[in-house]
Amino acid sequence: MSVVRNVELAPPSSRRGLAVLFPGANRWRVPLSVLTLCILPWVLPSQALAVNVLIYGLLAVGYNLLFGYTGLLSFGHAAFFGAGAYATGIAIGTFGVNWFVAMVVGLAVAGFLATIMGMLAIRTRGIYFSMVTLALSQLVYYTALQASSWTGGENGLRGFTVSTLSFPGFSLNFLDPLVKYYAITIVVALALWFVSRALNSPFGAVIEAIRENETRARACGYNVERTKLLSFVLSGILCGLAGTLSAMHLSIVPLDSLHYQTSGLIVMMTLLGGAGSFFGPFIGALAFLLMEDIFSLWTTNWQLIVGVIFILFVLYLPKGIWGTLISWGKGR
Amino acid sequence: MNEPIMSVANVGKQFGGLIALRGITADFKEGQITAIIGPNGAGKSTFFNILSGALKPSSGTLKFRGADMAGVPQHDYVHRGIARSYQITNIFPNLAVLENVRVAAQAFRSRMNIWTNRGVYEDIEDKASATLAAVGLSGRAGTLAKFLAHGQQRALEIAIALVADPALLLLDEPTAGMGPEETREMVALIEKLAADRTILLVEHKMKMILGLSDRVLVLHHGELLADGTPEEIRANGEVRRVYLGQNDGYA
Repeated sequence: MSVVRNVELAPPSSRRGLAVLFPGANRWRVPLSVLTLCILPWVLPSQALAVNVLIYGLLAVGYNLLFGYTGLLSFGHAAFFGAGAYATGIAIGTFGVNWFVAMVVGLAVAGFLATIMGMLAIRTRGIYFSMVTLALSQLVYYTALQASSWTGGENGLRGFTVSTLSFPGFSLNFLDPLVKYYAITIVVALALWFVSRALNSPFGAVIEAIRENETRARACGYNVERTKLLSFVLSGILCGLAGTLSAMHLSIVPLDSLHYQTSGLIVMMTLLGGAGSFFGPFIGALAFLLMEDIFSLWTTNWQLIVGVIFILFVLYLPKGIWGTLISWGKGR
Repeated sequence: MNEPIMSVANVGKQFGGLIALRGITADFKEGQITAIIGPNGAGKSTFFNILSGALKPSSGTLKFRGADMAGVPQHDYVHRGIARSYQITNIFPNLAVLENVRVAAQAFRSRMNIWTNRGVYEDIEDKASATLAAVGLSGRAGTLAKFLAHGQQRALEIAIALVADPALLLLDEPTAGMGPEETREMVALIEKLAADRTILLVEHKMKMILGLSDRVLVLHHGELLADGTPEEIRANGEVRRVYLGQNDGYA
């Protein structure tokens, strides 16, 4: 076993080095993902299911940036999903702003909340990080429950509808299910493009290094805390985006969207699909929602079955559905 | 020119009631190889962690090129010119070997950029490839680091520190767990590296240290027991008593 002598292959050129780091699939992952999402309404049992896959898939993609790529297990991401949804709903219902401004407000509120929660949580590690995020998100939940004049309390937020998406020069009928689906797909596609760029950026390399070995990343000269915070905030904004889309889609924000069960759902979808893979979160959302659809026809205790399947996944396919397929594809 | 690159004055470290280091004073001259030795629990690791910024001393000062390092966060040490390797292999296991080194090199170009493709920094890529070649890992560039053999992981460990091109390189037991052949190769590499940088290393293999170093510091119970050339250390009766004489299987 040679340590310092170069007895193996000749040094690869830097181009070949690049090919090793950025296989062709990476270049096409956004178009391929979007294409797949475009087909969904035609192959799934219902269009309602397809819209949910879009929204929950995006939610899991946002979460995956923090969990799968940065290695931070948050149990509080429902807070950003809910905050985005509530802020959008309140902006439209109470302040009467147009849909685009409402979305921006949703993202801003989710991003602000993520900055605060991130600054508090990132001081801790491991299980304590998870617990702090959980506690802070419960704080948000109970705040929404108490501030019922703004949020509708237990009944959820109602009384706002987006029926048309108006652009300069034209408008889309948001009540038409297919128009709605593809309008949301465009937003999701933009988000995926952004995530893909971020993952390919120097920042993307640093978060993976932090996931792999925080101590060494710090010794390599990276400000680990600041990088984690940026990842936390980006992740929160993406989950907030999923929230704004959910609010506009449903015309209601259920209080449950802030509940810790929603946080658990996000973790589950991400793990089912494959944490740390680009398209895995959508597969996870699809798998979960399909199971819910099918098993809830048989029994009201469908979560029991999903729970067992989830445990089997954690035990035998820890890379998730998509992550396992990718591993097979690479021959490992 | 003969200014010390790093000077340690009266450095002590306490963990609760345990005194790990007591009043260490030493200057490290540019271009030398200095070895730090001592029995287990002598405070070598603590001393090393202080020199690399992982720990802050409880008392005393640490100066690098004349600048006090007290308020400098650990992640800035490498930017000042101090890099370290670890005794227990401390790599990025699920990243490709080349990426392990590339990400370390990238810290000098871009840390928080979320928009540019990292592939545009070709010089970083080239530097990483060249560093891999220097430690003999070119052929494994695309392998995940966790699949490397132990000796190769040790080489990668050094490469990650080396790509920072540090003026002061801290090596924590660079030959830990290596056989005689690998150890010889590592010694050759260290000698090559020492041509244009200052090296400080912690080691257990006495023959290697006495042959390689310009200077040896001996720590014992958290105190500096001896400081001198390898010949002086070999001749020092107290050192022989507490350390060299305690077992003969040290080589």
